[in-house]
Amino acid sequence: MATPRDKFGRPIVVVTGMGIVTSLGGGKTDNWAKLVAGESGIKTVTRFPIDGLRTTMAGTVDFVTVDPFTSTLLSERIAEIATEEALAQSGIGSKGDFPGPLFLAVAPVETEWPQRLELGRTIDKKEFDYYDMLRASGGGRFAPYHDRFMFGSVAKHLAENFGTKGSPISLSTACASGATAIQLGVEAIRRGEADAALCVATDGSVNPEAVVRFSLLSALSTQNDPPQGASKPFSKNRDGFVMAEGAGALVLESYEAATARGATILGVVAGCGELTDSFHRTRSSPDGKPIIGCMRKTLADAGMEPEQIDHINAHGTATPENDKMEYLTTSAVFGEQISKIPVSSNKSMVGHTISAAGAVEAVFSLLTLEHQRIPPTINYDVPDPTIHFDVVGNKARDARVTAVMSNSFGFGGQNASLILTREPA
Amino acid sequence: MTERKEVWITGIGVLSSLGEGPDAHWDALNAKRINIDDKRFAPYIVHPLAPVSFDAQIPKKGDQRQMEAWQRIGTYAAGLALDSAGVKGNQEILSRMDMIVAAGGGERDLAVDTAILNADARGNFSPGFLNERLMSELRPTLFLAQLSNLLAGNIAIVHGVRGTSRTFMGEEASSIDAARIALARIEAGQSDIALVGGAYNGERLDLLVLFEFGDFNLTGEFAPVWARENNSGFALGSAGAFLVLESREHAEARGAKPYAKLSKVVADLAQRKQPGAVTKSLEALWSKLGVGDDVGVVVTGATGAEPVTSEERAFLRQHQGLAVRATGTMFGHTVEAQFPLGVALAALSVSRGALFPPNDPTGFEVEKSDPPTQIVVMGTGHWQGEGMALVEAVK
Repeated sequence: MATPRDKFGRPIVVVTGMGIVTSLGGGKTDNWAKLVAGESGIKTVTRFPIDGLRTTMAGTVDFVTVDPFTSTLLSERIAEIATEEALAQSGIGSKGDFPGPLFLAVAPVETEWPQRLELGRTIDKKEFDYYDMLRASGGGRFAPYHDRFMFGSVAKHLAENFGTKGSPISLSTACASGATAIQLGVEAIRRGEADAALCVATDGSVNPEAVVRFSLLSALSTQNDPPQGASKPFSKNRDGFVMAEGAGALVLESYEAATARGATILGVVAGCGELTDSFHRTRSSPDGKPIIGCMRKTLADAGMEPEQIDHINAHGTATPENDKMEYLTTSAVFGEQISKIPVSSNKSMVGHTISAAGAVEAVFSLLTLEHQRIPPTINYDVPDPTIHFDVVGNKARDARVTAVMSNSFGFGGQNASLILTREPA
Repeated sequence: MTERKEVWITGIGVLSSLGEGPDAHWDALNAKRINIDDKRFAPYIVHPLAPVSFDAQIPKKGDQRQMEAWQRIGTYAAGLALDSAGVKGNQEILSRMDMIVAAGGGERDLAVDTAILNADARGNFSPGFLNERLMSELRPTLFLAQLSNLLAGNIAIVHGVRGTSRTFMGEEASSIDAARIALARIEAGQSDIALVGGAYNGERLDLLVLFEFGDFNLTGEFAPVWARENNSGFALGSAGAFLVLESREHAEARGAKPYAKLSKVVADLAQRKQPGAVTKSLEALWSKLGVGDDVGVVVTGATGAEPVTSEERAFLRQHQGLAVRATGTMFGHTVEAQFPLGVALAALSVSRGALFPPNDPTGFEVEKSDPPTQIVVMGTGHWQGEGMALVEAVK
């Protein structure tokens, strides 16, 4: 039996349960089958009118319905579905009694348009202002909206449903949030505070205003037709990311606790790292140093050398800027070896699940380790000649994969990386 | 496990309705000054931000323009904390300084919202109407003033804090957890120095609306927190409060002086459906904190909302002889900023060897004449989450 501690003397952190929801479907089996088959979950939006929008497609999760629709409630519901799957696989604790803390990556919450409009329609005036809105809000008529639109509401409900221990943490590090949730869980177990942690990341925020906001920053692809062709990571004709919904859930445990209860070990979170970029609100430092530093910190945290990484699950958003910077920085870290490391972006198929992406892609990375098969980057028909990655283009590839680096970068200078391995080192 | 490291509070940055910096706050608290505005949002009451020149901490106008008020308040307070810790501009330290920010976000363009709502009320709401109005009227950069993690992003850009950056969300509890996690990381050697805090702009109609959904706003006549039993609720307040936490060895190596020691932070989520659950939760946290009633002083962020404030008072009454101070009376409810504000005031009191006077006509808050060496900071969320910190004098 391997020692329960890593080479730095810290408890080894393993994954014993995983759950996933994306626009491809619910659950690991369905998602994995479609992912390696190169299917896209991106489609024309039908949830709301698309008139007047520059981007009209997204990776919505339409097979889960919530009523009344709010992005927050959808985020909560898909997080629950992913968590239920992860807990069932892990077999940890008992129903409604998870023996550890909750770390939840979730999109920022605010009152949404349907509810704002509902409130406005109660005002019996031809012309009204926001003071009238305020006067119409009280008296208990809209009491459920207070609870719904508190930032802590999703975590509160998950904590109550699954019986996690202590104060649940809701976090946002923009597009790196999912990775940060996992990192917080790893740190808690390494500190010896907990033997297990529930790390969940969710995003159900395809609504008109969210699409408009990203659109106004020129971040989204406008290649609406056909929608499944829009997300083109590492392609010369890429033009932005595609918004998507999804959730990923991971049960983390110390290796010692997992083996003591005879749990099946799905993989190891060997290392995590983050480094902030203070250059600009939405753009990376041109020299890429913070991203390079982030990957190096992660390798150091895992006690690994770049040669030991044999697959990179890229952030690969398909924005012109991201993919260029990702190549620049990754090649700086891995040197000449980079041309021999298969790189792929799940976002070509599931889109960018924003707050959930880090966890969704960690689950896909662990499935890659399990199946020894790398999902493709679809829509890779016109490779960007300046990006010399070994992109797993269009067709899945069988490969010997022992260690995956999964990268996440976000607005606000957020960079986070994870290294996932099959077995404890 | 290696032995836990001692963690010091070496920097305090506070900007609020009472002014900025330790001296201004100390003087205001001792003068029992309260700054409220009961006209602007009447009958609702707010504690407005004191006049401030943001240039002092955010020198570039371009940076100020990229932020909305909550981010400016937070970035300003973060700068004060870095100044106070003596690390402002110290690139070596800033490049590895960790940051956990408790944030809300979502500032809105109320003119755009109001125009859309009025058009809707007049029946001018074709399927694409919302899309078209938002596409043509929203400022592209407003999004960056709405994203929760962009307070941390602005602190990184303006002050260069760029080790790690994490943003916790979830009202009062988020800032308790921010302090709890930052402390745990430093104690365990996962971090040497961290910037922790939160910011709130209480002068927002859309937030008054959000809290009005739950009938949480204080209206009519202002009353101190403990005197709101018959007119419960909170008056939102604007404030930013940040702390620099670091391991004792890291502070000593650079010759930094501590305000106080942050000995412990604990938090929980009570199932509040049952009456008495909050009282019970606070009792359990008090035990986890490991202090006796001789601790003497509690600085609480009690909101004035019911029934939670009564439950908290019931808990405090079970511990005879405590000198209690409710920051909500003087600062209003500053949500994500309330807990770091309480820790900052506790650290300040410990370092100055005196507790500020009570500000409570009900007599629940009592005088405390001897110098405090231990202060418990409490945070009980208006609808969920409870936590406590123990701030102690450095021996």
